[in-house]
Amino acid sequence: MTNIHVIGLDGAEKIISSKDGATLMEALRDNGFDEVLALCSGCCSCATCHVYIEAGPSTLLQCMSDDENDLLDSSDHRQPNSRLSCQVSLTDDLDSIRVRLAPAD
Amino acid sequence: MRQAVDVLIVGGGHAGAQCAITLRQGGFAGSIAIVGRENEPPYERPPLSKEYFAREKAFDRLYIRPQAFWAEKDIALILGTEVVSVDAQAHTALLSGGRTMGYGQMVWAAGGDPRQLSCQGADLAGVYGVRTRADCDALMGEIDGGARRIAVVGGGYIGLEAAAVLTKLGCHVTLLEAAPRVLARVSGTEISTFYEAQHRAHGVDLRTDVGVAALIGEGRVTGVELTDGEVITVDAVIVGIGIAPAVAPLTAAGAAGVNGVNVDEFCRTSLPDIFAVGDCAAFSCAFAGGKLMRVESVQNANEQANCVAKAILGEMKPFHATPWFWSNQYDLKLQTVGISSDYDQAVLRGDLAARSFSVVYLKANRVIALDCVNTVKDYVQGRKLVEAGATPDIGALADPARSLKEFNL
Ligand SMILES: Cc1cc2nc3c(=O)[nH]c(=O)nc-3n(C[C@H](O)[C@H](O)[C@H](O)COP(=O)(O)OP(=O)(O)OC[C@H]3O[C@@H](n4cnc5c(N)ncnc54)[C@H](O)[C@@H]3O)c2cc1C
Ligand code: FES
Repeated sequence: MTNIHVIGLDGAEKIISSKDGATLMEALRDNGFDEVLALCSGCCSCATCHVYIEAGPSTLLQCMSDDENDLLDSSDHRQPNSRLSCQVSLTDDLDSIRVRLAPAD
Repeated sequence: MRQAVDVLIVGGGHAGAQCAITLRQGGFAGSIAIVGRENEPPYERPPLSKEYFAREKAFDRLYIRPQAFWAEKDIALILGTEVVSVDAQAHTALLSGGRTMGYGQMVWAAGGDPRQLSCQGADLAGVYGVRTRADCDALMGEIDGGARRIAVVGGGYIGLEAAAVLTKLGCHVTLLEAAPRVLARVSGTEISTFYEAQHRAHGVDLRTDVGVAALIGEGRVTGVELTDGEVITVDAVIVGIGIAPAVAPLTAAGAAGVNGVNVDEFCRTSLPDIFAVGDCAAFSCAFAGGKLMRVESVQNANEQANCVAKAILGEMKPFHATPWFWSNQYDLKLQTVGISSDYDQAVLRGDLAARSFSVVYLKANRVIALDCVNTVKDYVQGRKLVEAGATPDIGALADPARSLKEFNL
């Protein structure tokens, strides 16, 4: 089990927990964050699962693929701590990370 | 169980599910029911020819929402049940099983059913479409049971994706396309030629310009007879030749439409209080010069569903959304934006041999669409060109060293 602190678009913070092996996108989708559209269901093709990593291991921002990086450029709301949540696999070392949903484009 | 609901959604696929989700997200307090023919709660269809078929993703990761969500949001799921007829004046729907259900507004989101071959033997056992979990599971059961020689009829996205997965699973695949090239309906010749070569390099026996004369077998398919007389021995056949929109009850109720049901800019059908969305809805598409057409994609299903949910919530906004699509085959990621069908010029950017390139489609010098293979950057930047109707210099456009951003004036 991995616990994640999530700040929604309304600014409210909620702690959710997820099965190991799921992606962050799946955890958000399955825990009531309907704002996360995730249209391509994790194929790294749509950028509708954009989040900001507010706190977590620094590796979390360093392990991005070129595809993800290029896709994030499609967002007007990109920040240095942006990630596509479908590309983040929830493993033990990510327990207690804090993420914030990015506004839709 | 309620005998009347405020919003009756017909079809629990991508569009139906999204419509219900957006209604609740927007604070809709009325009653909502989804009547769906499949036994499954709403799930994602694209993985049926990709990660699920390849057994890289378990089915429980495909559900659009966890099981408990629907009850929590007070969205009634009436599954394994079909709407068989509609009385638009009385605002009632007859369900399979004989129950009549009243509605305030109806959202028809019934998608389509795989077209079947019309030749002799089309109804033999061992012949499959790929549209539902049941289709996919049956096909996977065949492979587990030892089927290795598979004929795929139809070189569209689904047929090609299925062929790529099957090859990876060690099957011997013969792909049969009646047109002179694969993906002819959706892409230009560069893309078709490239994908044909990729599939052949992976061992697919890919044939174009060839029809199916008959399926052969005693009860169960064992061979495919081609129009040129050759007979191919098979263990199973996949038919991926498009869908027929599932609209018969609506059309019988008087809804206008020839290919699906026609809808206006708010996704309203010609019948009172009945919307239609997703694969079954024909609309005047601004990205195809206003042509009346259906668009079969997750993006279209979701955005039309949102348009309708907003309209029901009292926020009428005409549907206008940039079409995009993706397809994964082998290690090739294809991303498409816009609708290329009416192009008069195609410009290749990049190197086919490097397996990373894009094709920009133009009509009367304006960019109308792109197909991008392993080039996410062109997809992201090209999308803006499509949206702006940009008119770039062709010579410069063909130079992959120049970024597409430059042309967005
Ligand atoms: C194998 C496959 C791969 C795909 N890959 C991609 C892809 O990579 N990218 C992409 O964008 N799109 C892809 N698509 C297309 C995408 O899945 C569809 O565009 C999308 O599912 C359309 O949503 P929909 O809600 O209109 O229809 P559907 O999702 O088909 O849902 C319609 C539902 O309504 C039910 N139904 C039909 N008639 C009735 C009735 N009378 N009463 C009650 N229920 C009824 C059906 O059984 C079905 O469950 C793929 C489709 C398939 C089949
Ligand atoms: S879900 Fe599409 S990129 Fe993450």
